[in-house]
Amino acid sequence: MTEVSMTVNGKAARASVPDNTLLVDFLREHLRLTGTHVGCDTSQCGACVVHVNGRAVKSCTTLAASAEGAEVTTIEGLANGELHPMQAAFKENHGLQCGFCTPGMIMSATDMVARYQAAGKELTEEAIRHELEGNICRCTGYHNIVRAIQDGAAKMAAG
Amino acid sequence: MTEQGIGARVLRKEDKRFITGKGRYTDDIRNERQAYAAFVRSPHAHAKVTGIDSAEAEKMDGVIAVLNGKQLTGDGIGNLICGWAVNSKDGSPMNMGAWSALATDKVRYVGDAVVLVVAETQAAARAAAEAVVVDYEELPAVVHAVDALKDGAPQVHENAPGNLIFDWGIGEEAAVDKALSGAAHVTELEIVNNRLSPNPMEPRSAIATYDEAEDHYTLYTTSQNPHVARLVLSAFYQVAPEHKLRVIAPDVGGGFGSKIYIYPEEIACLWASMKTKRSVKWTSSRSEAFLTDAHGRDHVSTARIGFDENNRIVGLKVDTVANLGAYMSLFSSAVPTYLYATLLSGQYDIANIYCNVRTVYTNTAPVDAYRGAGRPEACFLVERIMETAARELGVDPSELRRANFIKAFPHQTPVIMTYDAGDFAANLDQALEAADYKGFPARREEAAKRGKLRGIGLASYIEACGIAPSAAVGSLGAGVGLWESAEVRVNPVGTIEVLTGSHSHGQGHETTFAQVVAERFGLPIENIQIVHGDTDKVQFGMGTYGSRSGPVGLSAIVKALDKVEAKVKKIAAHVLEVSEDDLVVENGEVKVAGTDRAMAWHEVGLAAYTAHNLPAGMEPGLKEGAFYDPENFTFPAGTYVCEVEVDPETGETKIIQFVASDDFGTIINPMIVEGQVHGGIAQGVGQAMLETVVYDEEGQLLSASYMDYTMPRADNVPSFVIHHHSTKSPSNPLGMKGCGEAGAIGTPPAVINAITDAIGNNDLQMPATPPRVWAALQAASTKIAAE
Repeated sequence: MTEVSMTVNGKAARASVPDNTLLVDFLREHLRLTGTHVGCDTSQCGACVVHVNGRAVKSCTTLAASAEGAEVTTIEGLANGELHPMQAAFKENHGLQCGFCTPGMIMSATDMVARYQAAGKELTEEAIRHELEGNICRCTGYHNIVRAIQDGAAKMAAG
Repeated sequence: MTEQGIGARVLRKEDKRFITGKGRYTDDIRNERQAYAAFVRSPHAHAKVTGIDSAEAEKMDGVIAVLNGKQLTGDGIGNLICGWAVNSKDGSPMNMGAWSALATDKVRYVGDAVVLVVAETQAAARAAAEAVVVDYEELPAVVHAVDALKDGAPQVHENAPGNLIFDWGIGEEAAVDKALSGAAHVTELEIVNNRLSPNPMEPRSAIATYDEAEDHYTLYTTSQNPHVARLVLSAFYQVAPEHKLRVIAPDVGGGFGSKIYIYPEEIACLWASMKTKRSVKWTSSRSEAFLTDAHGRDHVSTARIGFDENNRIVGLKVDTVANLGAYMSLFSSAVPTYLYATLLSGQYDIANIYCNVRTVYTNTAPVDAYRGAGRPEACFLVERIMETAARELGVDPSELRRANFIKAFPHQTPVIMTYDAGDFAANLDQALEAADYKGFPARREEAAKRGKLRGIGLASYIEACGIAPSAAVGSLGAGVGLWESAEVRVNPVGTIEVLTGSHSHGQGHETTFAQVVAERFGLPIENIQIVHGDTDKVQFGMGTYGSRSGPVGLSAIVKALDKVEAKVKKIAAHVLEVSEDDLVVENGEVKVAGTDRAMAWHEVGLAAYTAHNLPAGMEPGLKEGAFYDPENFTFPAGTYVCEVEVDPETGETKIIQFVASDDFGTIINPMIVEGQVHGGIAQGVGQAMLETVVYDEEGQLLSASYMDYTMPRADNVPSFVIHHHSTKSPSNPLGMKGCGEAGAIGTPPAVINAITDAIGNNDLQMPATPPRVWAALQAASTKIAAE
């Protein structure tokens, strides 16, 4: 067993877990934050994306112990009183259908936009499609996800 | 149209929970003292089970029970069944092999469940499953349907000699043969429709809880049709009587057909919860999903189409071998027959059609409906052979189609269907215009200057949705009726709950259905709640598949709304002392037409429940139910245009533009409908260019992860151009046709027609991966050089 402690969505979280506990299981089973999903077992689909110390990571291939002391943000922690601009953009552009991949999409999208904005690079449609390589959606054909991210990026830049 | 009514782009009511991580999917639920299940699965495609040793597993930490198939059948749990009986041409019944939820004496595909382990944690269950020793005596396996029909092929089921399930035919063979022998031109094509894995992003999951005190079961499950699940679990599998089993399908993360069926895991978990007196939870890994979720397609066909000297079609003859896998899944028999061959007339006036279908057992996962279900296979065949014929005849493919379109409705095809409405030329024109079809030669020339091969392809699809009139499907062998139910409950304060037997797993019913109610009474959609997915709340329903929630599910709601409106008018007429014929319901009021005398909607609701002043003999309350049985199938149709560019050095193909013109009849929410088309097109592109299930000759599944099975990703598809030209369906009150599957049906032929146009070689099978495209291109060059 391993003692892990981290900050999740601004709150301290501490538990004794089996050494091989994955971050996604720590979030879902120990903290009952079930917005982070598991859609595959090969780190391909991105339904499990969360932010660890401000960077998007796939929590299905991250040991909980390796996030020791980290600041973790999940989909549940993204809204701050009101919806995050990217969450609003997904709704307004119909960027989701069944909703299962959506938390991972939104967490990847906010990370993507932040990186491009920090680097002063333009987030083109082509760049968005390339950046989404680690997130699979079976419902939307990506069309409206791309629109949502474009809109969310504009909203984040304005906000 | 009102701001929130029919035709409005209303943002989805259900989105907030999904974008904030508050969705409630089955795996998100955890009961008190939750126990977890893991399955021991066959590593062999075909083997006898000669022994099971559970002793080590039973001793492991946290293990509650290790259960096998003999115990399961010993407890009277029935075999899984196919619920649609299809007879062979000679009248003999289909040869359905036994399928136990846990294999007893034989395993028939890799992934076949053999033993169930229940433990305190998921990790403990999986570890113990590893420790169960199953002795197998391996048998030779067969994976391809055509091979399974050969003499001496391994026998999958004893009661299906030669692995033949049925040998079925539709149409008049002699008439077709005569028409083809007299044809001025005959085009022949061999077509493989590749096997696909549906891959909803949410893996299947089930939580079964037995309440000993009440002798009652609750099953949370990832289902598209919880009532059908309950019926089948009760009536056929004898897991629990129907009134002692509650099935809940909460938020479900996509289905695409694969969550219609009742799978062994649900049966086994229910049974195990009774055995262990614990709540038993199982969630599929993605690898298990690839192994065990019902696959789609997998047809091998030859087709011949004949034309007269005026390029009019005189006959179409098709021979299809369909792989149904190791067991007959719930609706597997209907997919390659009544959902396939009945659509072989396409959009065309064809006097003579004959299709022979042989369905076959193999040592692979069961095959059943996947988005489109039979109709993509029909459309691919018809639209590939039309395009091929146009090339052989030297005519523009759009003109060959146009010349053969059905123009008058209703139109009776020679393969059962009666098309009731459509304007095929209008959709074709709209698509060609939007794609700038006329400008294509210039674009091809420009691409050639850059060393790229440009191609354009069309597909004019038709499908049958809203499945279907109960008496009609009953006469064709269906074990169920395919109506839908609805109940509309108006509360005393005027808010409304609509209970529907349809199930939303991404389709947005909570919004679309509320829009129809909002429009009807002029109420805000916030005042309308859609309730679905729970057999304790909704009395019965047939669920969501075959693009039926609009044409069938909403029609049931409209019928119930009619009854509510009738009662509302009676109450208001009584209170206002006017004739009910003078009343109209609009803008949230029941008013005397042409006057300002009115009752507010909520006042009528309150009057119904206080019952102080109701017409003589009227029952209090305001709640009406309805069952709607469709009059006919509906027939969405349209034309898709795909334009591609091929790099001749690598075979890499890029979709430059994709244009859709669909006829879905009445559209409730264009935003949601466009989303359905987008998703369908992406799945169609997946089938055409990326996806295929691969078994090796021993029956090992080689494409069992996202590292090996190529899902469409964001950079594999372009943005899509979506247009509509609608004719109303005359078969249902709103004139809807359904929109859920069109994209997956029309896209594959449009893509392959475009690629084959670009490379100048018609011999190209799906998925058109860069190596295949490159090889086809080389073959074409070699052929040209030789000539």
